[in-house]
Amino acid sequence: MTTFLIDTGTPRRIKAPVMQTQINGMASPAEARIRVRHFDFFYADAKVLHGITMDIPDRQVTALIGPSGCGKSTFVRSMNRMNDIIPDAHGEGVIEIDGRNIYDGGTDVVELRRRVGMVFQKSNPFPKSIFENIAYGLKIGGVRNRRQLSETVEKSLRRAALWDEVKDRLNDSAMALSGGQQQRLCIARALAVDPEILLMDEPASALDPIATTKIEELIWELKENYTIVIVTHNMQQAARVSDRTAFFMLGRLVEYGETNTIFMNPREKMTEDYVTGRFG
Amino acid sequence: MTRSRDDGMFRFTTAAFAAVVLLIVIAIGVELWRQSFLSIEKFGLHFWTGTIWNPVSGQFGALPFIWGTLYSSILALIIATPISLGIAVFISELSPQMLRQPLTYLTELLAAIPSIVYGLWGIFVLTPIVRKLELAVPDPLKKLPLFSGPPLGVGMGTAALILAIMVVPFTSSVAREILKNVPMAQREAAYALGSTRWEAIKVALGYGKSGIIGAVMLGFGRALGETMAVTMVIGNNPQVSASLFAPQYTMAAVIANEFTEAADELYLHALIEIGLLLFIITIAVNALSRLFIWSMQKRTGRTVILRPAAIEEVAA
Ligand SMILES: Nc1ncnc2c1ncn2[C@@H]1O[C@H](COP(=O)(O)OP(=O)(O)O)[C@@H](O)[C@H]1O
Ligand SMILES: [Mg+2]
Repeated sequence: MTTFLIDTGTPRRIKAPVMQTQINGMASPAEARIRVRHFDFFYADAKVLHGITMDIPDRQVTALIGPSGCGKSTFVRSMNRMNDIIPDAHGEGVIEIDGRNIYDGGTDVVELRRRVGMVFQKSNPFPKSIFENIAYGLKIGGVRNRRQLSETVEKSLRRAALWDEVKDRLNDSAMALSGGQQQRLCIARALAVDPEILLMDEPASALDPIATTKIEELIWELKENYTIVIVTHNMQQAARVSDRTAFFMLGRLVEYGETNTIFMNPREKMTEDYVTGRFG
Repeated sequence: MTRSRDDGMFRFTTAAFAAVVLLIVIAIGVELWRQSFLSIEKFGLHFWTGTIWNPVSGQFGALPFIWGTLYSSILALIIATPISLGIAVFISELSPQMLRQPLTYLTELLAAIPSIVYGLWGIFVLTPIVRKLELAVPDPLKKLPLFSGPPLGVGMGTAALILAIMVVPFTSSVAREILKNVPMAQREAAYALGSTRWEAIKVALGYGKSGIIGAVMLGFGRALGETMAVTMVIGNNPQVSASLFAPQYTMAAVIANEFTEAADELYLHALIEIGLLLFIITIAVNALSRLFIWSMQKRTGRTVILRPAAIEEVAA
């Protein structure tokens, strides 16, 4: 097994204050969980991310905003190397998680993805029971103990605020749940393997307002324990849920800082135009 | 004419076509029954269980043929299913992009080879090989019913092999089509939870499970009705035997072989009744697999992803 994912003992339980310094879209929170340096990404010959450099703080919500096609999804999918499964795509540069570059040759991608969970735009439950969906990650991780499985399933569903709605029908198909419930199921499924970082790519864009509110409340609660990166094209959502916001445009990071600053007092004209809805 | 009238016409026409298909099936059943009533009347249910087939004495029992058909088809299924799934998984999940199309054509080409050609190949190439294999079976194993009898080359084993080879292109094509239609999001969900490639493939197979069972049943259906190639290698000897070495007989083969020789009416009716049995068994196998797929979908709450178009494409 790899040494990559051994907890390096970073004091992530201690919440550090975020420093306010911003240099050209690059911010330096005191405790960065994810450090991105000069990261480029290519689909075949097309370069879609240009020299991204940013630090993502521990146990906060970082929102990625920007017009469609600007590379937000590509960027989050680079953080758990999900893009590896796309033929002819590759990244260059450095993305460090807890001090280890995940693009190093020695990285165990399977372990990485267990530590960096992901929730997708469209909920994608397996056509199995609710229980089996949540237990899947544990089972492939080698957990067979029935009791341990049930306990984790319950804990994950509680964390995803879904337990009360499904506790009496854990053996029913997950496909029978509503859209919002399915998305929370997918969050619970990601939480079940006990990740430390949670990547969410427009997790609420296919949901109605009530379900969206539930997801946003959930994100708010989860940041107590998880480092969250959320892609959204909904500016209000970014403003509501995130501590820090990064604005992307045409594959470049235009501005990054405290969410309040980005929305109330942005440095760049482009950011201001975007957040005030003058284009988008 | 209003547009809603158009719609009505369209519905009516398509419904009529659907009804015609159903009528044809019923008509075939009725006709088979009518043409075999002498035998039905004389033997009743004993026709299903009788093991003696003697046109001279006018004694007809179909069990050896039913046995031969089911046994050879089930053996073929056991051999062909893992190979077909392996091919489907390789083409759709593992092979380099540039090999996919050629491999797809190649497997589909196998489906286009006429059955008689498989039969000839079976006689001249496969039978001698099987005979050598049979000779190589160690003595202690020969005590098992599965390997008893003289090693002739022709017999159940060769028939099952050739059937398997003929079934693989169909099953693998449909299974490949099913895998292709499994949403990328399912694989991504698996990968995001730390699946290896193999585990993600299992997820894709699980998602397409009902369709894949459909593909396997399609192969089984083809094996049940396959005539020419099997006739040429199975040995055409009506007996109920578990041995892979034993020459046996199938329903389709006996009809093809003896139809022109059936001099008296009872003989003819008995052969047609075998056709009726084959018809019933095929429908029953189909119905059972539908039922199975349907109950499985009820459990997982998902609609079928077995696209009929895919099957027709391959079957054409
Ligand atoms: N699988 C892919 N193959 C080729 N190009 C892609 C692929 N996915 C995304 N792209 C391109 O990369 C750019 C960034 O896309 P994406 O990261 O999805 O943006 P966003 O999530 O911000 O809408 C777009 O120009 C898009 O067309
Ligand atoms: Mg996107």
